[in-house]
Amino acid sequence: MIDLLHTEAKTAKHLRDPSDHRKNPVKLSVRNLDFYYGEYRALKSISLDIMENKVTAIIGPSGCGKSTLLRSMNRIYELYPGLRATGEILLDGRNILSRKQDLNLLRVKVGMVFQAPTPFPMTIFDNIAFGIKLYERLNNSELADRVEWALRKAGVWDEVKDKLHYKGTSLSGGQQQRLCIARAIAVKPELILLDEPCSALDPISTSRIEDLIVELKSDYTIAMVTHNMQQAARVSDYTAYMYLGELIEFGDTDTIFTRPTKKATEDYITGKFG
Amino acid sequence: MALGEADNGGRKTSAGRSWGDFVFENISKLSAWLVLGILLGIIVSLIVGSYPAIRRFHLGFLVSGQWNPVTQQFGALVPIVGTLVTSAVAMLIGIPVSFGIALFLTELSPVWLKRPLGTAIELLAAIPSIIYGMWGLFVFAPIFADTLQPWLKSRLSGLWVFGPLFQGPPMGIGVLTAGLILAIMVIPFIASVMRDVFEVVPPALKESAYALGATTWEVVWRVVLPYTKAGVLAGIMLGLGRALGETMAVTFVIGNAHNLNVSLFMPGNSIASTLANEFTEAIGAMYTSSLIYLGLLLFFITFIVLAFSRLLLARMKQSEGR
Repeated sequence: MIDLLHTEAKTAKHLRDPSDHRKNPVKLSVRNLDFYYGEYRALKSISLDIMENKVTAIIGPSGCGKSTLLRSMNRIYELYPGLRATGEILLDGRNILSRKQDLNLLRVKVGMVFQAPTPFPMTIFDNIAFGIKLYERLNNSELADRVEWALRKAGVWDEVKDKLHYKGTSLSGGQQQRLCIARAIAVKPELILLDEPCSALDPISTSRIEDLIVELKSDYTIAMVTHNMQQAARVSDYTAYMYLGELIEFGDTDTIFTRPTKKATEDYITGKFG
Repeated sequence: MALGEADNGGRKTSAGRSWGDFVFENISKLSAWLVLGILLGIIVSLIVGSYPAIRRFHLGFLVSGQWNPVTQQFGALVPIVGTLVTSAVAMLIGIPVSFGIALFLTELSPVWLKRPLGTAIELLAAIPSIIYGMWGLFVFAPIFADTLQPWLKSRLSGLWVFGPLFQGPPMGIGVLTAGLILAIMVIPFIASVMRDVFEVVPPALKESAYALGATTWEVVWRVVLPYTKAGVLAGIMLGLGRALGETMAVTFVIGNAHNLNVSLFMPGNSIASTLANEFTEAIGAMYTSSLIYLGLLLFFITFIVLAFSRLLLARMKQSEGR
């Protein structure tokens, strides 16, 4: 409880718009996060809050650490040796960087979708059922219902309902990516991390996924990395601008894109640099 | 080519290039056809050599357990069973162990251990089979007879159905020993192929599975393995091919007795070791011809195994969806 109060106090200081804060509690709070690839310090004391039921976009030039930041939030970096994060990342007030955190349970709560679609080598149905079956015991009809629910939620049901037994890889790139989003949703995560989810897709698929992201935020909290500033402006509620491992500016998207306080941010969004 | 000559702009003339192309194309074509030619040549000479035995014993050769040079009665049942059983034992032990090795090397091993361990496994594959045979006979078999064999006998010989497999005197040599030596020999092949194919799985695919909360085992078993199944199966087939045809190591430890026994502890014979042992002392045309007939059978067994693996692969692909 004290921990929680502590977080809220910090949050209030941090945010530009306190009224917004009351409506939307903090889902995930990054505190003084440093990230190291071996000796190299890729993130420098990052602090920011991800608001519940909002879309937070992280933008910045290549190599600024935006993906690294996102990948700290489900500790997927732990798969590789020599990578470590220090500081705190509080999910609902609990530090997920703590050694006691169960990584698998964390990843059930924090879903992730990657740059290129990554359907598993199995049928469309099994792709969705994969994650569900890991943590839940459902009978066949419940499982089928859940798969349908996830595919509907990801807006791809109508396209795949007649070919659930086809290979996941038989779908088009955009459909595959929505399949991957459905797969992430299927386990009912609380926070969804999107790592440049549209960078491998055509404009039409991209706009479908953008619409989907906006729809999903009523049920989920979303953090996304994008190198496409228009996309950040279109879909996000909050935007973080990062440069060389530092968080340069963070605030609600309208402010960042119309009245950035820092010169560097302005240069980047107006295209003078980056 | 006429078009190319029009504007070769100081480069090599296209006539020269097409001559090179011609030579290269035909050399590579020749090499490819040579493989077929050799294969065909081997089959034909095996059939010709075994013809007297085929005419005398027909297909009854396959089911006859007799092997009597004195009466000139020959049957292939004992060596066929020996070949299949030793290979089955080798696969039963070799496949899971190789999978474990590959899994450890690709997913679990600390970085500093990966290279030495990987190299050690490749070195294991480079040891000549006769060394395995000698080691098996002089080192492994006595230890096996004193330790593991009595243990297996006391634990398993009472089992329903499987019990008889582990009865009989623990002599050290025999079908089981041959199978175990074969397992040790095929593990480096299967494991290194599995490791190589596991390593080409896109990191993003594994990350997506981990990101759903899957454990290392779930990721490897349900994503990596299906993704690499063609390569894994190829590795297993490579190992099985080696096990079926392995001669020297098996000859050393199998016991070379033309007896059919249920017990894996008893000596037996395999096709390859029969050939190695008896060719030099084969007296009479029928004896030699029967041995060549055995060779032809080994060829067919390998062929059937290969065809079966293709079928298996096709069926697995189906289960993955259209």
